[in-house]
Amino acid sequence: MYFAIVFLPLAGFLIAGLFGRQIGARAAEVITTSFLCGAALLSWVAFSQVALGSTPASVPVIGTWFNVGALQVDWALRIDSLTVVMLIVVTTVSALVHLYSIGYMAEDPSRPRFFAYLSLFTFAMLMLVTADNLVQMFFGWEGVGLASYLLIGFWYEKPSANAAAIKAFVVNRVGDFGFAIGIFLVFYLTNSVAFDTIFAAAPGLAHKNVHVFSHDFDAMMITCLFLFMGAMGKSAQFLLHTWLPDAMEGPTPVSALIHAATMVTAGVFMVARLSPLFEQAPAALSFVTIIGGTTAFFAATVGLVQNDIKRVIAYSTCSQLGYMFVGLGVGGYELGIFHLFTHAFFKALLFLGAGSVIHAMHHEQDMRHMGGLAKKIPFTFWMMTIGTLALTGFPLTAGYFSKDAIIEASYASDRYGAFYAFVLITFAAGLTSFYSWRLVFMTFFGEAHWDAAYTENAGVTSAHGAAAHLEPTNDHASASHGGHGHDDHGHADHGHDDHAHALDPHESPMVMLIPLIVLATGAIFAGLAFRGFFIGEEQANFWKGALFYGPDNHILHEMHEVPAFVSSLPFWMMSGGFLVAAYAYVIKPGAAAGWADTNPLLYKFLLNKWYFDELYNLIFVRPAFWIGRLFWKGGDGAIIDRLGPDGVSALVIDVTRRAVKLQSGYIYHYAFAMLIGVAALMTFYLFGGVR
Amino acid sequence: MTIDLNHYLVVAAILFTLGVAGIILNRKNIIIILMSVELILLSVNLNLVAFSAFLGDLTGQVFALFILTVAAAEAAIGLAILVTYYRNRGSIAVEDINMMKG
Repeated sequence: MYFAIVFLPLAGFLIAGLFGRQIGARAAEVITTSFLCGAALLSWVAFSQVALGSTPASVPVIGTWFNVGALQVDWALRIDSLTVVMLIVVTTVSALVHLYSIGYMAEDPSRPRFFAYLSLFTFAMLMLVTADNLVQMFFGWEGVGLASYLLIGFWYEKPSANAAAIKAFVVNRVGDFGFAIGIFLVFYLTNSVAFDTIFAAAPGLAHKNVHVFSHDFDAMMITCLFLFMGAMGKSAQFLLHTWLPDAMEGPTPVSALIHAATMVTAGVFMVARLSPLFEQAPAALSFVTIIGGTTAFFAATVGLVQNDIKRVIAYSTCSQLGYMFVGLGVGGYELGIFHLFTHAFFKALLFLGAGSVIHAMHHEQDMRHMGGLAKKIPFTFWMMTIGTLALTGFPLTAGYFSKDAIIEASYASDRYGAFYAFVLITFAAGLTSFYSWRLVFMTFFGEAHWDAAYTENAGVTSAHGAAAHLEPTNDHASASHGGHGHDDHGHADHGHDDHAHALDPHESPMVMLIPLIVLATGAIFAGLAFRGFFIGEEQANFWKGALFYGPDNHILHEMHEVPAFVSSLPFWMMSGGFLVAAYAYVIKPGAAAGWADTNPLLYKFLLNKWYFDELYNLIFVRPAFWIGRLFWKGGDGAIIDRLGPDGVSALVIDVTRRAVKLQSGYIYHYAFAMLIGVAALMTFYLFGGVR
Repeated sequence: MTIDLNHYLVVAAILFTLGVAGIILNRKNIIIILMSVELILLSVNLNLVAFSAFLGDLTGQVFALFILTVAAAEAAIGLAILVTYYRNRGSIAVEDINMMKG
């Protein structure tokens, strides 16, 4: 059964990828989607058996991967509670996204490729979460990175998509570098990469030192810091977050699956999986807490002012990942995983809802050109509202349980940096509420900015590029509109110059709405239903030791003993954010623009994402280009080529040119040369030479 | 005065030099080159016959006859080539023949 879960997506990938042309797009969609649905059902069975039931954790071995000296690496599936939780998250969201994509990508010419990539991603992600050793995990880790790269750059005709794909790949390499070093350190310390061996050895390494560069470092701390560096890259944490917003260049289902629900949470999963190591390194956990808190706050502030609907949600994802890391950092590994679990539902819901909006708006992503959509696409509106409620932590929704628990735990924890994180994430909870409701209000309420009448009256000028976005030529408004008559998804944010008709937003097809319903159900009830298992009374039975706790780690008890004002704080922050957003965008439209005008510096600072891209461009990209150019032009061109191949070939040409000049073609010149030669040889023979 | 071997050799050497000079200094006509080649061959012949006579060995004279034959054949072939060349190129001036110029 476990093999089927992991390898069904691989089979789907191979079929759709290799034979997609032969079997056609429809068959590729049906095969990959049905395989994924099968895997999802099996995952729920596995979940009920292993996590809810009493089937013991097992490690079915597939075979030996390689065996070099002391390094032995097996292919094995580690099935325990943590894995099955990840299994249901990954396969469920993936299956729903497959289903959704059938509708969303209906007009794309290369659907088999898309579904093949989706299945490939799912397979790699499953390899990651079922890994039984660090090397196999790294295999999955890189596999999801590859699939992410391929899917961000799916519309490869778009230069911005290619750039975003490369950026995601390169930034992830930085993190992976740290992850690889971490794996090396683990092997150096324990002589093994298999989890069981490492975990058994971890307590003994608690206060050991490693000697590097004539300094002594705490072995566990430095190992965990390097491992966490990998998590920071994959989970888009502060300093390595820059790729995630750009990754929104990919199709929206991809954003929902990879850049919200699953891949970006791989870092969280990794830290939780390696909890026995991290428990031995309090300093590293402090670092995790601080980075998590910073990310949660930073991303939330940037999310406040973004205008692209997907970017708002992307920053929201980034921020929520920060929450998860705070949960992990203070020692509440369940809290992080529980938030991961609930977040997967409501964030995938928000992304797919946003996709539905974008679909309805004919691939318009700028929220300033939306508005008033609640009447046009009521179903999507309600789904988005549910997602927003869950995200902001409305009581009894999924986010309420997981996020508030993290905030309480960060207050209760006495870890260094925990209070810093508590302040930031509490504040970020308010910001989260504001930007989430801002999204809803800008999109679904107010005047319809896409309306022909509106464009005529107000003369909307697009802020990004002067292209008139919604040119009203009502003559053939409905003519080309029968079956969502647009075919180039690739130009999503280039405006709609090519179909110059007024928009008529339309509700998405049923195949896109079903996943929304399922996810909305999860967003509402996942917290209520699973709270007891994940972080409540039955957590010990549920996890069965999959997550490790040090003897001093009582965070789960302490978090229930926080003062009442702390427990209620997130609720007030949420209400505050909601009221401010409602004031600024519904009660008194234009207030937000006024605030931006009165604080231009702050607004610009946030709008430009704290100038991180510019900073990295200055610090890393330009010098890299400069050094590359130096080595290319100076080292390779001027030295190696000039003295090597180019020099030799030039010398040969030069010599032959001289030799050619000797050939006059006149016969008497040759005769004369021969005569001289004969005379010289004779003279040599007669007077000087060999006797 | 007796005519000894040296006189023959000097005459042969002068003929040889004339032949070589004819090849090298001649700028006009390929026929002159052919004639110079004949001259060189004759000088060699003279050497052979002279040595043959003075050493009392007939081999040299036999060799001279062979060389004459070869020279005749060479002249015939050379002239034939020359005629064809003239037909094709319209000139047998030495200056015009430099197709091998690099």
